[in-house]
Amino acid sequence: MQPAPSLRRRQLLHSMLAAGATCWLPVTNSVAAGRQQSALLTRPIPSSGEALPVIGLGSWITFNVGDDRTARAECAEVMRAFFAAGGRLIDSSPMYGSAQAVIGAGLHKLGRPAQLFSADKVWIGSGARGPEQIEASRRLWGIPKFDLLQVHNLLAWQDHLPTLFEMKKTGRLRYVGITTSEGRRHADIEKIMASQPIDFVQVTYNILDREVEQRILPLARERRIAVIANRPFRQGTLIDAVARHRLPSWATEIDCTSWAQVLLKFIASHPGVTCAIPATSRVAHVRENMQAAFGRLPDAALRRRMIDDVEKLGLI
Amino acid sequence: MSEWWTYTLSDLLMFSARTYYRLFELHNLAIWPGQLIVAAAGLAILVCAARAGATAARIASGLLAACWLWVAWAFLAQRYAQVNWAADYFAVGFAIQAVLLLWYGVVRGQLSLTPIRSRIDRAGFGLLLFAVACYPLLALASGRAWRQMEIFGMAPDPTAIATLGLLLLVARPRRTLLLMLGLIPLLWCAISGATLWTLQAADAWVLPLLSMLALVLLVARASTQNGTGLRTRA
Repeated sequence: MQPAPSLRRRQLLHSMLAAGATCWLPVTNSVAAGRQQSALLTRPIPSSGEALPVIGLGSWITFNVGDDRTARAECAEVMRAFFAAGGRLIDSSPMYGSAQAVIGAGLHKLGRPAQLFSADKVWIGSGARGPEQIEASRRLWGIPKFDLLQVHNLLAWQDHLPTLFEMKKTGRLRYVGITTSEGRRHADIEKIMASQPIDFVQVTYNILDREVEQRILPLARERRIAVIANRPFRQGTLIDAVARHRLPSWATEIDCTSWAQVLLKFIASHPGVTCAIPATSRVAHVRENMQAAFGRLPDAALRRRMIDDVEKLGLI
Repeated sequence: MSEWWTYTLSDLLMFSARTYYRLFELHNLAIWPGQLIVAAAGLAILVCAARAGATAARIASGLLAACWLWVAWAFLAQRYAQVNWAADYFAVGFAIQAVLLLWYGVVRGQLSLTPIRSRIDRAGFGLLLFAVACYPLLALASGRAWRQMEIFGMAPDPTAIATLGLLLLVARPRRTLLLMLGLIPLLWCAISGATLWTLQAADAWVLPLLSMLALVLLVARASTQNGTGLRTRA
């Protein structure tokens, strides 16, 4: 098995801080609590060395619940479980309907957990209106500033990136990134990665959609850019499809008890990936997902076997 | 949106089926007992359709216009827009439909309802009746809670279907008038049908089927200048 990502002193400190900050959060899941005592798998953000847990939390669809108080309370509980398990990065976008407001309400309810790593996006065709949208997003989150802002789907990236770099330079932002999904505009993504001093790139990567392994992930390592993997479950269709099959015997070799963990550990085990961002609206699922941030990861040989076995299921 | 052709319907979906149907549940709870008012409006439109004539058309058009305006504001702009940023544009479309119905149906009085004689007439009345009386039951038939019923005059889908049904009852229709008054309901049926399909709703086939039926019959009606096509008896 591939050893867990090395826990350097700085990473260890961050993990301890993350675990410490969650002490006040009630942990109702004994498995999660037990897991927290083992090492949380983290990866450093190449441009700073700051450690991020390999599992984050997406909000596409799942957190877009409007002003439905019941659903909002459920989302807040998902966030509580996420933080309690050591999670840090939550990702959203102005494109995701009410998701930003729901995250903001959840953070308020949870007392604004210190370990939050806020990742949002700018998504507007006008560069001039970018700062206005970013400020509106910040207010919805209810935070002093974002950790990471990404240009969503490269929309008007030539206009937005200078704004984001300026915000970073003046201390109003910590990291700058770009995003795409489902393999779109990879040539442009590569061009920006090669020419712009970005800290993060967000792309679609899962056990069946591996196009980024060819050029983008190697380029990210070369350019010291952190990688966020979106759509780890293909918007739920992948997990629904594999769930009909028995968990392979090798799952125990990487401490997985569910398909969700298998799929997430496949992503997290790629050395070029910083974190995966599964989205869910269920507490049980976020706990299950976060367990993929603990224990052993597959090595190259097992990764190959995982791909073979999943492809044999005929899901493509 | 660059490379728009690479986007599938599921890429554009912003919310879950659960969230979508909770919108109707919360809407129904919020406006109770407003359902009684729209039920009365629906019944009045059915009576107008059965009675036929110019006055009946004016009343039915006015009531339908009020329903479109109410759906635009109360459901699309106030509720659906919370989870779908495109809903504000939908609300504008619904408001335009309300204005068109008011202008051509009430102010100009260019609509007159035909007595129910032909197959097209009966189909039109059937669509109207289905939208007002049966559409809410689709929620139960699909396994959803009764609180999530989509009610004519409050929810967009049955309101659009009812309008198409009424248009099929217009006597001696001008093609341009049918096009103007039928375009937005048909567009809405296409948009909502695609949404339901992507949400994998059990009843996703109902709206496209009814709207396609209405489209075919509207074309048939418009192609008979005097509106008497497919009559079974003189």
